[in-house]
Amino acid sequence: MTRNDDIGEQKRLELYRTQVTIREAEQRAFDLFLQNLVKGTSHLSLGQEAVAAGFAGAMKPGDLSFCTYRGHAHTLARGVAVEKVLGELMQRDNGLMRGKGGSMHLTSAEHGVMGSYAIIGAHLPIACGAAWRAQYKGEKDVSVCFFGDGTTNIGAFHEALNFAAVWKLPVVFVCENNLYMEYTPIGDVTAVPHPAADRAAAYGLPRIVVDGNDADAVYRTAQAAFEKARAGEGPSLIECLTYRHSGHSRADPAKYRPEGELERWKQRDPIKLYKERLLQFGVTEDAIAKIDAEVRKVVDDATEACKAAPVPPVDILTTDVYADGGWAWRN
Amino acid sequence: MAELTYRDAVIRGIAQEMARDPDVVFLGEDVAKAGGVFKATVGLYEQFGPLRVRDTPISEQAIMGAAMGAAMTGLKPIAEIMFSDFFAVCFDYIANEFPKSRYMSNGQLKCPLVVRTGNGAGSRFGAQHSQSVENWCMMIPGLKVVAPSNPTDVIGLLAAAVRDPDPVIFFEHKSLYATKGEVADGEIVDTLGTAKIVRPGKDATILALALMVPRALQAAETLQSEHGIDAEVIDVRSLVPLDTQTILGSVARTHRLFTVEENPRLCGWGAEIVSIVADEAFYDLDGPPVRITTPHIPLPAADNLEDIVLPTPARIVETVRRSLGA
Repeated sequence: MTRNDDIGEQKRLELYRTQVTIREAEQRAFDLFLQNLVKGTSHLSLGQEAVAAGFAGAMKPGDLSFCTYRGHAHTLARGVAVEKVLGELMQRDNGLMRGKGGSMHLTSAEHGVMGSYAIIGAHLPIACGAAWRAQYKGEKDVSVCFFGDGTTNIGAFHEALNFAAVWKLPVVFVCENNLYMEYTPIGDVTAVPHPAADRAAAYGLPRIVVDGNDADAVYRTAQAAFEKARAGEGPSLIECLTYRHSGHSRADPAKYRPEGELERWKQRDPIKLYKERLLQFGVTEDAIAKIDAEVRKVVDDATEACKAAPVPPVDILTTDVYADGGWAWRN
Repeated sequence: MAELTYRDAVIRGIAQEMARDPDVVFLGEDVAKAGGVFKATVGLYEQFGPLRVRDTPISEQAIMGAAMGAAMTGLKPIAEIMFSDFFAVCFDYIANEFPKSRYMSNGQLKCPLVVRTGNGAGSRFGAQHSQSVENWCMMIPGLKVVAPSNPTDVIGLLAAAVRDPDPVIFFEHKSLYATKGEVADGEIVDTLGTAKIVRPGKDATILALALMVPRALQAAETLQSEHGIDAEVIDVRSLVPLDTQTILGSVARTHRLFTVEENPRLCGWGAEIVSIVADEAFYDLDGPPVRITTPHIPLPAADNLEDIVLPTPARIVETVRRSLGA
């Protein structure tokens, strides 16, 4: 096979590195949780890495990501340092928001990660607003909004889809259909088989379903949607079929899965598939192993840095409630 | 100087800010081509065009979310929620999104927007289109909350709200839209977080907001002429930030405190102020603070019933007179 198809070797290596970084960082987060070093809750994307990597790989600097509480992957995919993410999960002073946000609210404005939103559906309209700004100012950035299958049954999803379509906004809605809303199969609570794609027609949008475990397929689909948005041709709704290997959150052992389902999906593990793809395109085992080792070192170093980092100082408790930096509500 | 209705002051206030700053944009239901259901945005679409004054579907969450996304990326949106009662269907943005994004992101995100809304009773609309819900917003850290009582304050406080870097909820009282006042020519910009003594007095402090301000003023005139009580009336104007200095200063002079609140009794804005005064000015008081509110019931539609439940000048007079033993 040729190395010079539309994606090319350099981009493929980037997509692979991004997926492995997410995988390693999230597995580490899970290990640290078992050691009681990751506090609160956390929602992992193990098994869904190709969606984050494919979209981030197709985004340009200045494009904006809007994530859910399952947002570690999308945050890392935009190039945010592993240490900053793990630090926030461990609620240390070196965290992305110095422990003021926590796992569910990862934000890195300098990387275009405009927040992770923990109220289902809330960020779809917000992404519309960011896209409205781009449209109004004649700027070419795209707002990309990631959410799960469960989000397709809340009102804000439908309000945002209609709003974006009517205003022809440069926003791309990405549904990661991992088959479970939380603990309940999405099919048990949804009137149509494809929770996002089967709703697209209601908003005058094409039906798009993509293999969410194939980073190349995701990347190509993302590119097409971004091109459409930048051309002023309005929003896209993309349903990525994928599967989460872990439970909904750290509290969930996922015992509701039918026997064999997880094993079947692990046969289609996005990183396993992508490694095979790289080999097909002539990348050597050594080159792949080198990336794996480099990523492992980044995650190891980040872990040590986070363990050594202090907890946040108490004096940040009352900062940044208001724009003056403080919290005064009276004179 | 020109005589202007409160409704026209809303239009002038929005126009003043849109003319000043091209990043100010305006969205809401029926606000553009139709000029608003209360006719409080007539002419803005014609003046500023379809890119800056935009009609939305009946999608309050989309309106609020779009305003937030635009605000956090550089615009200064004004969003209209037609009736403040509808806050309940988009309360996520008011309670969870606008006020918390800056804090949760450790200062990385901003949310400089204004939500204008028609608030309050008097139109015989019944329980779901008549409420005074300032207190729903007052209780949330990160928001600012204002409620003007007259045309000049509408313009000045709206300008201050648009220029403010924080999310501001701007309550317009539906029963004040037709009221008139003298308004100065030229640009008007006020300051958030400032109460105004609208009638100086020495015997009692009466705090009021929005529609309750003219009623408190009317009551004060009767208290003076019929009972010899010289009441000071303060238009609170801004619940967050709250001008406690003006309020505490007044109580220190008059030694009595009354609040006139349109909201139902429990957890109304006056309860917080009474608690502050009790805590910080207890020994200034010559008697218990008294709250005059709507009873703790949903609002009725029938005119005779609605008229009974809202605080009236007569009820204010009677309450103050009896409390002062006059």
